[in-house]
Amino acid sequence: MPIEILWPSLLNGLLTGGIYALVALGLTLIYGVLHIINFAHGALLMAALYGVYFLFARVGLDPYVALLVMVPAMFAIGYALQRFVIGRASHGKDENILLVTLGVAIIIENLALYFFRSDTRTIDTPYALATVDLLGATISLTKLLAFGGALATAALLWLLMARTDLGRAIRACAKERQGARLVGIDVDHVFAMSFGIGLACLGAAACFLMPAYYVNPQVGSGFVLVAFTVVVLGGMGSFAGALVGGILIGAVESVGGLWLGESLGQIAIFVIFLAVLLLRPQGLFGARA
Amino acid sequence: MSDATTGRVLLEVEGLSKRFGGLQAVDGVSLAAREGAITALIGPNGAGKTTVFALVSGFLRPDAGQVRFDGRDILGMAPHVVARLGMTRTFQIVQPFAGQTVAENIAIGAHLHVRSRREALERAHEVAERLGLGDQLGKDAASLTIAGRKRLEMAKALATRPRLLLLDEVLAGLNPGEVERMLPVVRDLAASGVTILMIEHVMQAVMSLADDIYVIANGRPIAHGAPAAIARDERVIESYLGHGTAARLAAREAAPAVETAR
Amino acid sequence: MNTRSIPLSGAPAAPAASAAALRLRRDVLRHGVGIVLLLAVAWALPLFVTSGFTLNAVTMTLYAALLAQAWNILGGFGGQFSFGHAVFFGTGAYAMAVLQVRYGIHPWAAMGIALALGALVGLVIGWLSFRYGLRGSYFALATLAFAESFRILANNLDFTGAGVGMQLPLGEGLAQLQFDKAGALRFMATLVAVGLAVHVWLRAGRFGAWLTAIRDNEDAARALGVPVLPVKLGAIALSGALMSAGGVFYVQAFHYIDPHLAYGPAVSVEALVGAIVGGMGTVWGPLAGAAVLHLLGETTRNLFGGAPGINLVIYGVLLVLMVTFAPRGLMGIFGGGRK
Repeated sequence: MPIEILWPSLLNGLLTGGIYALVALGLTLIYGVLHIINFAHGALLMAALYGVYFLFARVGLDPYVALLVMVPAMFAIGYALQRFVIGRASHGKDENILLVTLGVAIIIENLALYFFRSDTRTIDTPYALATVDLLGATISLTKLLAFGGALATAALLWLLMARTDLGRAIRACAKERQGARLVGIDVDHVFAMSFGIGLACLGAAACFLMPAYYVNPQVGSGFVLVAFTVVVLGGMGSFAGALVGGILIGAVESVGGLWLGESLGQIAIFVIFLAVLLLRPQGLFGARA
Repeated sequence: MSDATTGRVLLEVEGLSKRFGGLQAVDGVSLAAREGAITALIGPNGAGKTTVFALVSGFLRPDAGQVRFDGRDILGMAPHVVARLGMTRTFQIVQPFAGQTVAENIAIGAHLHVRSRREALERAHEVAERLGLGDQLGKDAASLTIAGRKRLEMAKALATRPRLLLLDEVLAGLNPGEVERMLPVVRDLAASGVTILMIEHVMQAVMSLADDIYVIANGRPIAHGAPAAIARDERVIESYLGHGTAARLAAREAAPAVETAR
Repeated sequence: MNTRSIPLSGAPAAPAASAAALRLRRDVLRHGVGIVLLLAVAWALPLFVTSGFTLNAVTMTLYAALLAQAWNILGGFGGQFSFGHAVFFGTGAYAMAVLQVRYGIHPWAAMGIALALGALVGLVIGWLSFRYGLRGSYFALATLAFAESFRILANNLDFTGAGVGMQLPLGEGLAQLQFDKAGALRFMATLVAVGLAVHVWLRAGRFGAWLTAIRDNEDAARALGVPVLPVKLGAIALSGALMSAGGVFYVQAFHYIDPHLAYGPAVSVEALVGAIVGGMGTVWGPLAGAAVLHLLGETTRNLFGGAPGINLVIYGVLLVLMVTFAPRGLMGIFGGGRK
């Protein structure tokens, strides 16, 4: 395989991986804190993408500007979802949470199907086709910005967890729920905040993703498994893991696509997913359960 | 009570060790449970007693040591195989099949040897009667009192017709009256031919039930002998009551201080 | 509890048949009668009802019940929630299509092979998952991954017709496993009856007792001698075979299959929601759940036209509501205890 083909593919893959990482960051946060596997993550991303689309198509809001709208909006949705739906339904049992998040995913996906049919929509920003020459390869500007966004978000999340009171409270609740309650932390509120932050990451991901991508009701499920693979590979609850995992998966998908063709390249992701689950379930950076 | 020094050795453990990360949970524990006897494994909290049970019954793999059941090396065998061979363990934190009735719970144990569901339920009925649960067969296992759940835990294990029963703190959490009522149950089990190896904290029970006692602390064996000897053993007293206690007690006995009630 | 004299070992006085054993026999008889009734009604129905619409409705309800039954074996009785049960459905469907179209195998023989393949796929997925201790969410994710992988494979291999799918030529009569309205109903009813019989067997036999013990407390089961891995494998193989029967029916009834229909989430969701709404781990739950889902589906179709998606929205809402308020499902609300 000639390097002129391999290198750009690899680089593009790494950058795409940034988006995967951004999507996975929210998922790993939610898992790390609430120990919930949020099956609705993909559907919620899809909903966010539609949000970005309509903000552009109806209001004329540039996706990057839409960050200011989408991030708080998704945060609010996440807070409400956890506080009033998921938290209520779980009765503390893991299997219930599994089913409830699946239910939410089904509802969102099929509502989208009902309202938007199967049409694929894209947005046309003036810079959509702009490219940048980086390290000897031509890559799209939007992808590069998305990668930057992923890094920035990871950094912000880390700051939040390490340096703020909320972050401390979140970490306390994640480690020892009852103990946190005993010292006066409103655990339900903190859980809802965490879920909200996780979805806020999705809102950011949607803003960075939309210029470079498209939306239809099925994109969510496409992202779900990739996001889970990233999280499992990186280690549940680890931000660094989500970053590294995302980038790796992006690279594998891109290079794998060169060999196997694009759709079969996706199977490589599932193979990795299953292999990690079976052989090293704690992932690269996770703690052994 | 059986003579603890003459029965055939049913379970033999030698040099059992297990480490978890930085913690040496079990360090060179050896014991022998003789057929028909009640052998006790005691020690202060965190001594590694339950870990020994987990290692012996196949739930954990030891780092070192040997385990022989009825002369047969069972190291590394899976728990369900060990159960089939005739050694059944109970759990310190009782593990009922929640959502199922008492009868259904016990029947699972019976199914080890019995294929027919009807027969298993019949056998469950017998075992329940024997352990005083006869009037609770239809109840949901999760709705029992703590004493009931402890009996259920024993009943499930007993239904497997074990040759050796590993009882893990069956008296924990029971009030004195309940303990009193449980003692004859255990005694009769042993009298009926079931060899018992029990972990216990309730000293009154250990002293009155056990033929042979092993004491471990911090994962290490510190004493072995008949109840009377163990009760006087300095090392045992120290491990339970703190360093130097044995000397202090001996000093008190030697020169009794005048202590009049005030 | 007073201290009683505990009888020493040896036979107690001739044991009165315990209440539990009696109840068991009574339940089995009741279920048996129910199954026979169901079969009788289903087989006789086309003689009295000529409305194609009604016959179709009953058939499709039974079809949904079969899918729910298959899921119920692994999820309800076994406690292992699969989110990708379509993987077995698609196996059955594609097996039928490929075997008949590419190899000219007789339909009934193909069905036998399709069921066996469903069980085999179950064993493979089960072995990989359970051998490595996957449970709960991880198992659910793994099944999703498998279903998606199969979908992509089917979409890309010419062997399976790639994205275009495969079409079955029309044939005549039940001997060719082809259905008219009456035949479809009777075929489906027979499959559901078999499913019910399997459920009764699970409730009344040792395998089922072991399976539910594993579901309720795997370690405790292990300690009592239950061979956990073989039992789990048996359950997933059984579940896979029954689910693949659903795929067999689909392809024979609609004469067409493609990757999305075969391995897509719709089938997985239908199976799962039907079983949960009806009541996990019960004998009649899947049927009850399927009936409710079908009814709701019809109602929404009348209200919203034939729009895609609304059906599944209802399923999703029902799932969330059930899990939140009625985790025992319909049988829990109306059945009064495990049936």
